[in-house]
Amino acid sequence: MSQENFYMEGSTGLWEVVVGLEIHAQVTSEAKLFSGAATTFGAEPNTQVSLVDAAMPGMLPVINKHCVEQAVKTGIGLNAKINLRSVFDRKNYFYADLPQGYQISQFLDPIVGEGHLDVELADGRSKRIGITRLHLEQDAGKSIHDQHPEKSYIDLNRSGVALMEIVSEPDIRTAEEAAAYVKKVRAIVRCLGTCDGNMDQGSMRVDVNVSVRKPGEELGTRSETKNVNSVKFLSQTIEFEARRQIELIEDGGEVVQETRLFDSQRNITRPMRAKEFAHDYRYFPDPDLPPLVLEESWVDELRKNLPELPDEKKARFMKDFDLSAYDATVIVSEMENADYFETLLQHCKSQDPKMAKLASNWMTGELFGALNKDGLEITSSPISAENLAGLLNQIQDEVISGKIAKQVFGLMWETGKDAPTLIEEKGLKQVTDTSAIERVVDDIIAANPDMVEQYQSGKDKLFGFFVGQVMKEMQGKANPGVVNKILKGKLG
Amino acid sequence: MTQALAKAISQSELTKLTLSQARDGLQKGEFTSVELTKDYIQAMEQTRELNGYILETPEVALGQAAISDKRIQEGKAGTLEGLPIAMKDLFCTRDIRTTACSNILDNFVPQYESTVSQNLANAGSVLLGKTNMDEFAMGSANITSAFGNVVNPWIGADGKPLTPGGSSGGSSAVVAAGSALAATGTDTGGSIRQPAAFTGVVGMKPTYGRCSRWGTVAFASSLDQAGPIARTVRDAAIMLEAMAGHDPKDSTSAMHEVPNFEAALTGDIRGLKVGIPKEYRMEGMDPEIESLWQQGANWLREAGAEIVDVTLPHTKYSLPAYYVLAPAECSSNLARYDGVRYGLRVPGNTLDEMYQNTRDQGFGDEVKRRILIGTYVLSAGYYDAYYLKAQRVRNLIAQDFKKVFESVDVLLTPTAPNAAFPLDEKPTDPLVMYLNDIFTVPANLAGLPGISVPAGLNQKGLPLGLQLVGLAFGENVVFRAAGVLEAAAQFQPLLAR
Repeated sequence: MSQENFYMEGSTGLWEVVVGLEIHAQVTSEAKLFSGAATTFGAEPNTQVSLVDAAMPGMLPVINKHCVEQAVKTGIGLNAKINLRSVFDRKNYFYADLPQGYQISQFLDPIVGEGHLDVELADGRSKRIGITRLHLEQDAGKSIHDQHPEKSYIDLNRSGVALMEIVSEPDIRTAEEAAAYVKKVRAIVRCLGTCDGNMDQGSMRVDVNVSVRKPGEELGTRSETKNVNSVKFLSQTIEFEARRQIELIEDGGEVVQETRLFDSQRNITRPMRAKEFAHDYRYFPDPDLPPLVLEESWVDELRKNLPELPDEKKARFMKDFDLSAYDATVIVSEMENADYFETLLQHCKSQDPKMAKLASNWMTGELFGALNKDGLEITSSPISAENLAGLLNQIQDEVISGKIAKQVFGLMWETGKDAPTLIEEKGLKQVTDTSAIERVVDDIIAANPDMVEQYQSGKDKLFGFFVGQVMKEMQGKANPGVVNKILKGKLG
Repeated sequence: MTQALAKAISQSELTKLTLSQARDGLQKGEFTSVELTKDYIQAMEQTRELNGYILETPEVALGQAAISDKRIQEGKAGTLEGLPIAMKDLFCTRDIRTTACSNILDNFVPQYESTVSQNLANAGSVLLGKTNMDEFAMGSANITSAFGNVVNPWIGADGKPLTPGGSSGGSSAVVAAGSALAATGTDTGGSIRQPAAFTGVVGMKPTYGRCSRWGTVAFASSLDQAGPIARTVRDAAIMLEAMAGHDPKDSTSAMHEVPNFEAALTGDIRGLKVGIPKEYRMEGMDPEIESLWQQGANWLREAGAEIVDVTLPHTKYSLPAYYVLAPAECSSNLARYDGVRYGLRVPGNTLDEMYQNTRDQGFGDEVKRRILIGTYVLSAGYYDAYYLKAQRVRNLIAQDFKKVFESVDVLLTPTAPNAAFPLDEKPTDPLVMYLNDIFTVPANLAGLPGISVPAGLNQKGLPLGLQLVGLAFGENVVFRAAGVLEAAAQFQPLLAR
C-alpha cells in the first residue's frame, strides 16, 4: 500500500486535498424497492407507478427480497461487513416529486458496514480506500420544470426505485484516486450484476465531498457537490473545488459547509440555492417495516456463489497467463473487456502465456486503438473475439507475419470478414517456400555487390537492409524466419 | 334523543337481532338478507340525526344482499353472508368515497379496497355505508370530524346530547342505535374500546398485526389496529375472525393462524387467573367505575376465576409516551396529503405556498396540533429527549405486561375513567381529553388485544365498560373471559330498552 502524499501548491505553501465519495447506484432489479412496479429506463412518464409509489392513502411498503440480495452481494464485493440486522428509517421532507413526504432509507443501521477497495494508479501504486457503509434507499420521482411557463410536471416512474448508497471514508487525495475508485466500484457492481453502472443514464451518480488542509492539520470544512454523473466531471469537480477552496482560504476567506452543483458547461461548481438543502430530515425508524433480519447461512450462500470479481480475475490472468499487472488491470477494468479477452483466448490455438501475451497485446493495442478512434464500445466491435482469435492463429501458424496481420486487421475492421477469408482473397499468405525465397535472395545479392562487400567486411547492421529488400520484393509475404536463415547462409 | 329517534330505534324486530341471531335466522330461511338489509336501510335513514353515517350506500347494500340470498340458497354462505354492517371511513373502499373525515381528502374515491373491508366482503357481509369518526382517527369524542360530531344514541338523565366517544364514534353509535349489525373500527389508543364503552356495546382491539393495515388510512403505524364494534362478545368474535388474517401486503401483519374465535366462547373460565393492576386505581377516579370494576372481578371469581393483584409499574408513563409516539408517526404519515396527487389542493404562488394553503385548510385543529407535536419531537436536538425516550418507555411498558402475563392469563380494568360526557361540556383542554385514553393506551403500546364489554350503568343511566387485556395473539382467552363477564353483567343494551 502506498503511503505517498500528494499536495497542491498554493501561494502560502502546500495543501492536502481530502475527498470522500457517496456513490448512488441504482440496484438492477425488475421491481422497485418496496413495490412491484417495473423499473424500465425511458418508459413513458407515470407508467411505472404503483399505488405504493404514488403514496395513496393506506398503502404500505413491502421489501423486495431481490434488492436486499443485490445489496448484500455488493457488500461482499466491497469486502464489507454484512449486517444481519438492519433498519429502515424515514427521511422526512416535502417535495412535489416525493409522494410519501419521506424517503425510506437506512440511517443508523445500514445493511452493509465497513469495507475497503484497493485501487491501482497509473504509476503502478495501489491504494486502499476505506468504505464506511452501504445502505438501501428509495429514489424520488422527477420534477420537470421546462414544459410549461407556470406549471411543473411530475414523473413518478423513478419513485421508489432501489438505490444503494456507497459511502467512502475520506481516504481519497487526488482526482486520479477518486476516478480509479469510482471505476473500481463500477467494475464490481457490473461484474456482480447489481447495478448497470450507466452513469449517463443516471444509474450511478456521485456526491463529492471535498475539503483542503495544510499537511498534518485537522480536516477542513467540506463542500458537497451533488449528482456528478461522469468520471470526467468527477475529476473536474475535485480539481475545481480544491483550487477554489485553497484560493478562498489564502485570500482570507472561509470555506462554508454547503451543497454545490457541478456545471458541466463551464466546468465549475456553484452553490445550490439554500432552500434546496435546508432540511431537518427528522429521521426515525419506519414503523411500517420491521427490522430487516438476514440469516447468516443465506449470506454465506451468496458469498459462495458470487461470480469472480475483477481483482480475482486480474490475479488469475496474471498467474495463469503471465500477464503483466498493467495489462491485467486494463483488461479487467471493464467486465466486457475481460469477457472479450477470455473468449478471444478460448478460441486461440493455445492458451499458453505466449499466446496470452499476444492476445493481450493485440487487444489493448490494435483493438482498443481502433475502438477509440471510431468511438465504439467493445460490445459493438466489428471484429468479434472469435475473429480476432482467428487472426492471431494465422500469426501463430506462420501463415502471415505480424506486419501483414495488421493489414489484415484493418481489412477485418472494414469488412467484418474473418482473417482466413481475407488472407485468401487478398493473397496475403506468407511465403515459406524456400526455393522461391532463395531465388529472390540470390537476385538481391547479385544486384547489390557493394553492400555485400561492406557487410562481409564487418558492417553487420546491413543485414537489415537485405531483409528489407527481400521483403519489399515479396510484398512482405515472405516468412521472416526463413528469409533470415537463407540470407545468413548466402551472405556467410 | 328525540321521540322520533326513540321510535326509530325500536321499530324493526329484525334490527333488534344480534349478528349471530341474524346469521342463524338467514341460514334457517326465517327471513332474507334483502329483507334484513331493507330494515337496516330504513333504520339508517331514521337515525340520521345521530350523524353516525357520513355516506350511506343503500344500492350497494341491496345489490350485495341479493347476491347473499342466492349464495345462502346455494349453500355457499360465508361466515357473514347477508349481514349488514357499517365501515369506518378510515378503510379505503373501492369506488366509494373515503375521507378519514378530513377535508384534505376532499372527495377522494379509492381505486382499491382495504384488506379488512375486502375480507369482510369475501365473508359475505353487506355494506350499509361509511361511518363518521374523528378526523384521521384523532380524538376521543368524535368532535374533530369534518362532517360534524356524532351524537350518542344514549341519553342521560339530564337530557343533554352526549358524545359517542371516539375516534370510532360513528361506528359505536350506529351499532348501539340498531342501524348496523356491527361495524369496523380502528384503535390507536382506545378508539374502538372507549366508544364501545360510551355506547353500551362491545369493542375489540386485537393484537397488533392480527388485522392487515393495508388500505386503511394510517394514523400511527405502530399502534393502529382494526377491530370490530358489535352488540355482543359473540358478534365481535365472528366479526374479528372475518377481518383478521395474514396479509403479505402489510409487513407488520402477523403470520399467526386465525383461530375460530366463536368456538372460544365456552363460558368456562374455571382456573383462569385474572390480574387486577393496582396502577389503574387512580386518584379521583369515579367511584361508580371503581365499584363496577370490583363487581366485575367478583363476577369472574364467581365463575371460577382466580383474582390476583398485579403491578404494571410503568403505567403512569403510558399516556406521555403515547402522546409523543403517536404524533411523531402521524406527522410523517400525514405528509403525503400535500395537494399534489389527490384530495384537496388550495393553489399558491409557489410550491411551499400551495402546501401551506392546502394543509392549513385541509386539516382540522386537532390534526394540526398532533402534526406539530410530532414534528417537534422528531426534530434534531429533541429526538433523543422525546421520541427515543418514549420508545424506551414503550419497551418498559411492554416488559411490564410480559412479566405480569407470566402469572396471570388476562387483566381486568375499566375501559375509560368516565362515562360519555355531554357534547357541550367537552373538555377545552386537549390534555383533559387525552385522559380518556388512560386505560386503553397501554394495550396499544404493548400491541396486546383488549376488549371493552358493557358491564353496567352509572347513576345518570349511562353505560360503563370493563376492559379485558390478554397476551399477544391470546384473543381466544380474552373472548372467553369477556363472554363470561357479559353473561354475568346482564347488561341491557339500548335496543332492548
